[in-house]
Amino acid sequence: MIHFVLLISRQGKVRLTKWYSPYSQKERTKVIRELSGVILTRGPKLCNFVEWKGYKVVYKRYASLYFCMCIDQEDNELEILEIIHHYVEILDRYFGSVCELDLIFNFHKAYYILDELLIAGELQEPSKKTVARLISAQDSLVETAKEQRSTISNIIAQATK
Amino acid sequence: MECLKLIASAEFPEKRIGYLGLMLLLDERQEVLMLVTNSLKQDLNHANQYIVGLALCALGNICSAEMARDLAPEVERLLQFRDPNTRKKAALCAIRIIKKVPDLAENFINPAAALLKEKHHGVLITGVQLCTDLCKVSPEALEHFRKRCTEGLVRTLKDVVNSPYAPEYDIAGITDPFLHIRLVRLLRVLGQGDADASDLMNDILAQVATKTESNKNAGNAILYECVETIMSIEDNGGLRVLAINILGRFLSNRDNNIRYVALNMLMKAITVDSQAVQRHRATILECVKDSDASIRKRALELVYLLVNESNVKPLTKELIEYLEVSDQEFKGDLTAKICSIIAKFSPEKIWYIDQMLKVLSEAGNFVKDEAWHALIVVISNASDLHGYSVRALYRAFQTSAEQETLVRVAVWCIGEYGDMLINNVGLLDIENPITVTGSDAVDIVELAIKRHTSDLTTKSMSLIALLKLSSRFPSCSERIRDIIIQNRGSLVLELQQRSIEFNSVIEKHQNIRSALVERMPVLDEATFIGRRAGSSPAMVSTSNSASLNLPNGVAKPPAAPLVDLLDLSSDDVPAPSSSGGGFLQDLLGGVDLSPGLNQTAISGTNEAPRTGTDILLDLLSIETPPAQRSSITDILSSSQGDKSPVASLGEISSLPSLSTRATSAGATSMMDLLDGFAPNPPMPGNGPVYPPIVAFESSSLRITFDFSKAPGNPRATAILATFTNLSQNIYTDFIFQAAVPKFLQLHLDPASSNTLPANGNGSITQNLRVTNSQHGKKSLVMRMRIAYKFNNEDILEEGQINNFPRGL
Repeated sequence: MIHFVLLISRQGKVRLTKWYSPYSQKERTKVIRELSGVILTRGPKLCNFVEWKGYKVVYKRYASLYFCMCIDQEDNELEILEIIHHYVEILDRYFGSVCELDLIFNFHKAYYILDELLIAGELQEPSKKTVARLISAQDSLVETAKEQRSTISNIIAQATK
Repeated sequence: MECLKLIASAEFPEKRIGYLGLMLLLDERQEVLMLVTNSLKQDLNHANQYIVGLALCALGNICSAEMARDLAPEVERLLQFRDPNTRKKAALCAIRIIKKVPDLAENFINPAAALLKEKHHGVLITGVQLCTDLCKVSPEALEHFRKRCTEGLVRTLKDVVNSPYAPEYDIAGITDPFLHIRLVRLLRVLGQGDADASDLMNDILAQVATKTESNKNAGNAILYECVETIMSIEDNGGLRVLAINILGRFLSNRDNNIRYVALNMLMKAITVDSQAVQRHRATILECVKDSDASIRKRALELVYLLVNESNVKPLTKELIEYLEVSDQEFKGDLTAKICSIIAKFSPEKIWYIDQMLKVLSEAGNFVKDEAWHALIVVISNASDLHGYSVRALYRAFQTSAEQETLVRVAVWCIGEYGDMLINNVGLLDIENPITVTGSDAVDIVELAIKRHTSDLTTKSMSLIALLKLSSRFPSCSERIRDIIIQNRGSLVLELQQRSIEFNSVIEKHQNIRSALVERMPVLDEATFIGRRAGSSPAMVSTSNSASLNLPNGVAKPPAAPLVDLLDLSSDDVPAPSSSGGGFLQDLLGGVDLSPGLNQTAISGTNEAPRTGTDILLDLLSIETPPAQRSSITDILSSSQGDKSPVASLGEISSLPSLSTRATSAGATSMMDLLDGFAPNPPMPGNGPVYPPIVAFESSSLRITFDFSKAPGNPRATAILATFTNLSQNIYTDFIFQAAVPKFLQLHLDPASSNTLPANGNGSITQNLRVTNSQHGKKSLVMRMRIAYKFNNEDILEEGQINNFPRGL
């Protein structure tokens, strides 16, 4: 299973973290610090797998962001590379040519998409279309709820005037 | 808390954000999570499928064991929900539940099996994953799936492999590689250890292995999974060959990732089929030199597994060549591996010595202590190669003197075999004679001492070597003495002590000098290796090799100091020497220690030390005070407690010859000696004598204990128990058992017989060994039980022995 997902920028800033195994706050910061050190200093031609504390960490660099996933020893690293790519393509499709800025300003959406993709550290949906459809359905729910609320409050505001 | 409020709200957006916050901020170990259980339960039953989805997601990511137990029935129900998205989330949630609470696994077996027949890819993938995890958690699930579902799975995989182009799931030309991989993985779990299931999968695995394109990562991922499965399921020759071929292709791929993965796989494949892997040896060797650190590491481990007697020579040659160009971090690993390869597989000693010398010259600073100790043992064992080794070391020293371990080994050998160096003794055909004079040899050792980068071990070893050389080359004695004197004022106690002692040996005790530094007896290789393999810390093995020095004249100073040296931080100073003595005891094969050790310990030396120890015995029983020189007294009173017995024995053993030089204060100086000795009375010789005790006496049985202590090991006592039958009848099936409190360790040897004749006409003897970890603080106590048959009746006697002499 995937133990955690980290998105780290080239400068070492953490853009997104998702933990599927119990790590306390202190442990989390420690892990992030260590892995940032290891991964950011790796050269470009080196392979994308790092052995770390008995686990394997698969990372891939997209523009200025490093996508890292930590897996068990017996998992298939090449498949994780595919999952990372899957996620990036979905993000791309959703945001339209996604860049790091999109993730900074819409981090909650990035989390929602990740939640549609992975639960309990396992892949949920191999089809990008389905994921996109689900997310847009939920977004529209949010939109309609917002609209409703604004009309009701308008009505009340009117009523109490 | 805000999250809880948000989750409890009725609106979707709030819930969404609330769950997000929940998952980010809390994890399963927080108790607050329990409060959410109720909200979760309500949401799981909500009409809006998205809300159900949110709840399942949260549950799947962070639920704790209690929550899992509470909400498992809901999740089970949802596994059969009409909406496929909910089903897939429920499946993954179930995975987490069974991981947290394995007992609930049985409930999920049937629903999971149903999921395997799905058409929707998402549900299928999650269903397959659920089944895989179920099989890991519960053996019944494994059985169930193996029997019922294997064919279905094979059929599904076939469909997926042969399916036409489906744009929704297509990645790099392959339809849904994730599904491929998951299915193959489940097949692996089902096929492992089961021949029938494995048979069913053979065709489809072969098809996947051959048809999948490997120019894209997705294809390679599938092939990788396939190879892993083939390796794990029951043997099928053809498939295995196919798998190894795929791995071979991976190895020559330019992509680093693929090569890494291939090396990983090959390590597992070696256990299965090492011949095939040997064929790829050259490529693997190339990988050791790769620029990528992860690949280098993997390749090195693989090479280590590949080494056998036939290919060890070329492989080692390659590795040593690479050692010269590798980077610093890698050198440590590489050196360790090379040393172990050489040690395990060396066909002949001369090759071993050659290779080790090369490694030492290149990367001596990375060589671990055990490796160069082993080298010394091997050199001393190969008596015909002594000359060769010392000459080779001499040459190596000229070129690579900055490698610390090389310096140490060189210094040791020159000290031991200096005369062979000078006289070109034992010249082998391949060697060229070299001309080395005595003073050249001394030059080298002097260099070793004077270099500021030499550490304590090297300097101490050099001092000893100088002493040895001074006896082998008497012409250089004066010069050597000068060098030694320079260290007299050293701030390090070790060096100071050694230089003062050796100085006085050179000055005043020429006649015993040659005896002192005679050639060491061969360190027994087999025992050394066995002991090194058996004992954990390196310190122990060094104390072992050091204690082996002990037989060469009890008076050899370096024995104890070498032990301490290589364990410089040891706070319990007596321990090393005593453990050294203990090992000596074991090594000499359980020789009866009491009087025997004198002889065995001193075997191989000549008269002077033997009479010396007799005198020592007398000393310790305070009989005839021998003469003393005050300078020796100074040394003794200034040195540390346990080292002094050994060191001063050197002085004392020379005493018979010094008796003419009687000076003042013979008795008082002897008192000083005894003060120095008091904490460690048992050095060679019987040590203090403990009177035998009657451990147990009744009208029918008497047990007596005779004690003896191992020299150098005050904590261990050897007890000889004698059982005498005082009654008129024979006892049969006589068994003696003993129990000791926790601070003691007891070891019982088999008794001499089980039958005790009557009327004290014979006796049974049994050896016991007791080690007292609280020696000096608590004395021995023992409870014992004796069982025997008397007139065919079983009799049991018990007792406690409290009358052990103090100080045992």
